[in-house]
Amino acid sequence: MKRVLTWAVATVADLRAETAHVKTVVLDVPDWQGHRAGQHLDLRLTAEDGYQAQRSYSIASAADGRQVELTVERIEDGEVSPYLTEVVRSGDQLEVRGPVGGYFVWDGTSERPVLLVAGGSGVVPLMAMARQRAGERSSVPTRLIYSARSWDDVIYRDELERLGGQCDGLDVVYTLTRTQPAGWTGHTRRIDASLLSDVAWQPEDQPLTFVCGPTPFVEIVAAALVELGHDPASIKTERFGPTGG
Amino acid sequence: MDARDLVLDGNAAAGLLQEVFSADVTAAEGTCGGCGATDLVGALVAYTQAPGLVIRCRQCEAVLIRIVTDGRRHWVDLSGLRTLQLGG
Repeated sequence: MKRVLTWAVATVADLRAETAHVKTVVLDVPDWQGHRAGQHLDLRLTAEDGYQAQRSYSIASAADGRQVELTVERIEDGEVSPYLTEVVRSGDQLEVRGPVGGYFVWDGTSERPVLLVAGGSGVVPLMAMARQRAGERSSVPTRLIYSARSWDDVIYRDELERLGGQCDGLDVVYTLTRTQPAGWTGHTRRIDASLLSDVAWQPEDQPLTFVCGPTPFVEIVAAALVELGHDPASIKTERFGPTGG
Repeated sequence: MDARDLVLDGNAAAGLLQEVFSADVTAAEGTCGGCGATDLVGALVAYTQAPGLVIRCRQCEAVLIRIVTDGRRHWVDLSGLRTLQLGG
């Protein structure tokens, strides 16, 4: 990891709509040294009058990529996310620095099973881990439990369906908490101890656990896992606030 | 919005911490000067919406790290930390 952080000018290489409110921004970052799955990229916008707004986004792409992908949810009254999801075009330039953060990362070096618990756009850093796992053809038993409002709000839906269908040890479990498509037979309630006890690894499996989502979601999931007997030291959490937009 | 929603993890401040310390402090282990609890800085309680960055102990909520920046200089208060263990 680069020790001294410096801002670099990245160029937008591509944009992909993920859902109605979520877009992936693909960046070419000069001299990118690679990153670890789960790390962040800081992004800074400067207005003509010099006013600056800075945000830290989870990197969505696998660690081996030469490009860096950020997946951004549009927050209606946000300062940065409406710009990234509505205004930015290919070829535009953005100031970035990173990668940063070595706490919420999965390096794929452990054989312990992995439990990924996502609330909404909290799936982004967990997707970097799932992509890294797939890229390395890892067979580490992994479960992703993903809580979304509706089927249309599931980010990376097609890719998750594909990765989960490869029978290589990755299971993807959804719970759709607001609306469900006709004939939906999956889970519909918010993630709680009872749901986790049904679908998560058991404490004796000693999973490495990563939980990412809005603060209240993370608090509930982490507390439920501890209540079920999971080792708090093996549960890593990443909360994102409501004003992060 | 609930004030509780503003509570993030130390990991959310990874960029600023690395800017100040030129090291990945989120993976460093901090010991609270108040209660003696030890945690990785990335797992501590962080408030990033304050005028500066405030990092608190997850056990006793004592203030461990405060950083205020004006864009050029950083004002760093580590008086709440007993120790900070960096490196492999």
